[in-house]
Amino acid sequence: MTVRRILGPFNRVEGDLEVTLDIADGRVAAAYVNSPLYRGFEQILEGKAPLDALVFVPRICGICSVAQSAAAARALADAAGLAPPANGRLTANLTLAVENLADHLTHFYLFFMPDFAAAEYAARPWHAAVAARFRAQAGAAVAEALPARARFMHALGLLAGKWPHTLAVQPGGTTRPLTESEIFRLRRILREFRGFLELRLFAARLEEVAELDGLDALARWRARGTDGDLRVFLDLADALDLWSLGRASGRFLSVGAYDEEDGGLFAPGVWRDGAVAPFDPRQVREDLSHARYAAGAEAQAPGQGSTVPLIDKPGAYSWCKAPRLAGQVCETGALARQMVDGHPLVRALVARHGGGVGARVLARLLEFCRVLPAMERWLGEIAVGAPWCAQQPLADDCAGVGLVEAARGSLGHWLTARRGGIHSYQIIAPTTWNFSPRDAAGQPGALEQALAGLPVPAEGAPPAAVHHVVRSFDPCMVCTVH
Amino acid sequence: MKLLWLQSGGCGGCTLSWLGYEQGPLFEVLGEEGVELLWHPSVSAAGLDAAVELLESCASGREPVDILCVEGAALRGPYIDGVGSGGFHRFGGGAPMLDWILRIAVRARHVVAVGSCAAFGGVVAAGVNPTDAAGLQHDGEIGGGVLGPYFRDATGLPVINVTGCPPHPGWIVETLALLARGRLLADDLDEFGRPRFFADHLVHHGCPRNEYYEFKAGAQKPGDQGCLMENLGCKGTQAHADCNLRLWNGEGSCLRGGFPCIRCTEPDFEEPGHPFNMTPKVAGIPIGLPADMPKAWFVALAALSKSATPPRVKENATADRLLRAPSVKRGKK
Repeated sequence: MTVRRILGPFNRVEGDLEVTLDIADGRVAAAYVNSPLYRGFEQILEGKAPLDALVFVPRICGICSVAQSAAAARALADAAGLAPPANGRLTANLTLAVENLADHLTHFYLFFMPDFAAAEYAARPWHAAVAARFRAQAGAAVAEALPARARFMHALGLLAGKWPHTLAVQPGGTTRPLTESEIFRLRRILREFRGFLELRLFAARLEEVAELDGLDALARWRARGTDGDLRVFLDLADALDLWSLGRASGRFLSVGAYDEEDGGLFAPGVWRDGAVAPFDPRQVREDLSHARYAAGAEAQAPGQGSTVPLIDKPGAYSWCKAPRLAGQVCETGALARQMVDGHPLVRALVARHGGGVGARVLARLLEFCRVLPAMERWLGEIAVGAPWCAQQPLADDCAGVGLVEAARGSLGHWLTARRGGIHSYQIIAPTTWNFSPRDAAGQPGALEQALAGLPVPAEGAPPAAVHHVVRSFDPCMVCTVH
Repeated sequence: MKLLWLQSGGCGGCTLSWLGYEQGPLFEVLGEEGVELLWHPSVSAAGLDAAVELLESCASGREPVDILCVEGAALRGPYIDGVGSGGFHRFGGGAPMLDWILRIAVRARHVVAVGSCAAFGGVVAAGVNPTDAAGLQHDGEIGGGVLGPYFRDATGLPVINVTGCPPHPGWIVETLALLARGRLLADDLDEFGRPRFFADHLVHHGCPRNEYYEFKAGAQKPGDQGCLMENLGCKGTQAHADCNLRLWNGEGSCLRGGFPCIRCTEPDFEEPGHPFNMTPKVAGIPIGLPADMPKAWFVALAALSKSATPPRVKENATADRLLRAPSVKRGKK
């Protein structure tokens, strides 16, 4: 007998989330993910001046604000045929990297780890210590992480005026030229954040963790010490087998992160069938079959997409559309970035266990160790006397695509302008990929796949494992539907 | 005081800004100031049925709520048979969030709209306003919103509008702390219900571009050092907030970041009637004049100050770095 349960609202995620589970024989037979909030940014943008997108799109999301700005700036730059000068590229990298790392920190300390303080684990030998450190709001780690995050955000006071919701990120570069003394202050801010990470999160040099090249190296590193929140997480992952919990399709998408002079810090691509294939944005379609929007018979390329809400559409169960790459479901995020880029530890973990809760969280933590040293390098590459922002007016009729990696994965903006106004603006956010509903072929989205098979009783509180799986994606629901 | 925080048609950015509070660890500060968090969607332990049950207790009066914070606009659409269903946002998949807000607001001791969406509708109400978004007690500039113009809490206060997109973390925490201490009264709110401790300032106060403003030396493109009012759409002389006195994320503000103030603490800021990055003018004079400035005086003053602009200020205004430093005077006291 199948029992249907509706779980919601999920707290400690960005925005609103509800999950419907069909349970048979004590396990999830099918999961249906519902994004229950619609605001309509794509409709709001229609008719606006194209550059006004820089005001509106960051306000889609208070946690991925700069990522949204960056995607819009790229779409506008693409439409104008504009490339930022080196200083503009470096400060855009730095601005986005501060947000992405701050988001990783928020996810780990505020959203994900508090679940291990749950009463369900009270009999476990580790519970008292883990609860004291990670309990929601009151845990000792929260009182350390929030001030560390706020101090790190001072970098955005300098680079972007404020966070969230800046206008400093422009198609041609940045509105905020820096002086040598400001670059010095930025260097000190990065140093202070590195100090927090190396003392509390890793209890090790960032480079030491970044260089772990496989499971043996990880085991040796763990044996060398007992301190740090990473080791606590790894012990929990072993004790609860978070490694094999919550695996999705095993196909990973990254559009590539942080532009460098040649290429980028993290390579773009699609991991499928054990190898990396090139990413071709022309293969992206948005399927509306189970989303509450008017739709034609075929899934549309985002450049030709539409957003017309239809609340009572039969068979639809979410405001989230279902993006597919060449018809396939992809997972995106830090795990995808590190799989595609080929970090040896992440590749080894996924080869052994598949890409589950443990791998998603570990990949996110590894990014602190890979990105912060790059930020220190970018700061050193800024040349104070050189230009910061290039200029190029937009044609009245133009089109552009902007792709960036937000903390939670691949974000795309597709812009078309006609007669000087926005004709169409379509957005696919990371959690649109990860938390999509089914498509016309009936393929469930990544979270829907990750929840299938999980032991869940037909009544009573669902196990903490459900929360671990959901939050391991670090969902951003306001971006998802926008 | 027991605080319940709900989110509706917004982006969560007010919460994220609030989490960046800097005068101590946020939750310790709130506890010390007598503010107890009943529930907040982003930071509380409870979720699923427990969260719905808690809201039901609050809505039915079993659990007293001293401060209801609402973040995000109230979404009244879509309309079904002419009636706003609130269906664009259902909490926990059940009742529309609009219903929860209304049921709890009438019982709460104080109601705080956190951010310009909850106060006025904000960016979610822009363009065609697809969800028929409105603020709690204002629909843009007009009194009303979903609670109506005559709403007063048990102590006689209207909805307290901590506006901004997002609000500064200090504005939120100080409002909560002052409420907890009984130090925020009707006279401490301006005509839009904003706490006057931040709303009685203009963004212009403390703007580091003040010398460029005085001499009407305008920036022409992003990155220029000049005043952003003349050409690039800055509304800092009209926007009520202490952004350039209090500063953001250490030493920031929109102006310090090199981009214009879009008056995000004001009603209807999302629809300025022109592209955000340009200043509309008639006969070369900006339409949006500084607060309390008669037009004739502004025209006269602008003409005078433009004719007196030192070359140093004029040249620096359109450059992305200092071309000329202020001269050093010697031998004078």
